[in-house]
Amino acid sequence: MAGNAEHNTELGIPAEEHGAGFPPFDATTYSSQLLWLAITFGFFYWIMKNVAVPRIAGILEDRRDRIAGDLGEANRLKDETDAAIAAYEQALAEARNKAHGIASDTRAKLKADQEARREKAEADIAEKLKAAEAHIAGIKTEALSQIGDIAGDTTSALVEQLMGKAPTKTDLTKALKSAMN
Amino acid sequence: MANDPISQFKIQTLFPIEVGGMDFSFTNSSLFMVATVAAASAFLIFSTSGRGLVPSRVQSVSEMAYEFVAGMLRSSAGTEGMRFFPLVFSLFMFVLVANLFGMFPYFFTVTSHIIVTFALAMLVFLTVTIYGIMKHGTKFFHLFAPSGVPPVLLLIVAPIEVVSFLSRPISLSVRLFANMLAGHITLKVFAGFIVSMSAAGGVGIVGAILPLSMTVAITALEFLVSFLQAYVFTVLTCMYLNDALHPSH
Repeated sequence: MAGNAEHNTELGIPAEEHGAGFPPFDATTYSSQLLWLAITFGFFYWIMKNVAVPRIAGILEDRRDRIAGDLGEANRLKDETDAAIAAYEQALAEARNKAHGIASDTRAKLKADQEARREKAEADIAEKLKAAEAHIAGIKTEALSQIGDIAGDTTSALVEQLMGKAPTKTDLTKALKSAMN
Repeated sequence: MANDPISQFKIQTLFPIEVGGMDFSFTNSSLFMVATVAAASAFLIFSTSGRGLVPSRVQSVSEMAYEFVAGMLRSSAGTEGMRFFPLVFSLFMFVLVANLFGMFPYFFTVTSHIIVTFALAMLVFLTVTIYGIMKHGTKFFHLFAPSGVPPVLLLIVAPIEVVSFLSRPISLSVRLFANMLAGHITLKVFAGFIVSMSAAGGVGIVGAILPLSMTVAITALEFLVSFLQAYVFTVLTCMYLNDALHPSH
């Protein structure tokens, strides 16, 4: 280390400020440091360039490719799903329309059927009503015609009881007619 | 003297080698260069040996370092800059690991020697200059004449640009070297205070708490500086490489 001061002055660095032994400015060590730096850094560069950097770059690229591939696959599956959903929706809409048609057809048919039956029933009832009315009218006229006879009989019987002799038929009819009107 | 803050930077010959009157001894500095390279290479290679699609913890550290440097290079020099990626990545890892190794007690800090940082800076400088001239020929010198500057001003601007270009390796190397050197000296000085104060006994021991807390704080700061200086060195390298790729700003 005796030559340190000499070397430092050669470099133009004030040696006395740091003392003779300020190691970073000791030029005697430079050759060794430069050689070993060249060897070690050169080797390091070689390793980085040929092993480490390509390997890490490969890993990152694989991952990027894988992610891109997975995303592509996911997109494809999503498109498929969307298509399936659209097809399902369409089928559903069709089925709904069809069901609607069937329902309205059925409803119209049932309504027509019911209407026909109702009309038929009404016609039947009207017919029966007419017959019944005719029947009632018949019975009524018959009953009315018989009322005269019954009244005549009753009256002649009452007169006989009261007066001792039956009235004549003409008198009776005359009296009845005037009473009943 | 154990308290001498400079002694930690002393180069000690471990295996003397001398070729043609030049000293190429294997020293403690050489040992730590080898250790730096071995540790960084081993980590990067073994952590990625699984080539996991889903990275393990150590693998993601290597990937982060890669992405970090790649992002830096791509943002300052563009995609063409990626051709220099192995160099930039090697510089970053070497400087970072060397700086961090320096944080271990009794370890030697490779980057605290100006010759080492200057050699790395010259490597960058020569790469930029040689590649720039090879690729762009005389157009590379447009670097010194930014477009849009009036010709009169060019008389002033061009020399300034030349000087700033030539001073790059100096500023690049001195920044790293001085930061590492100053940090380690500060750390050593404060740690030395603890020893000398507590040797006084009584009040000294109580008082030594102050430099102790300073030492702890500076240690944390130095870890930050170790990373930051590796980052700064790399980011400036990227910007200089951008000049080689796109000299006409």
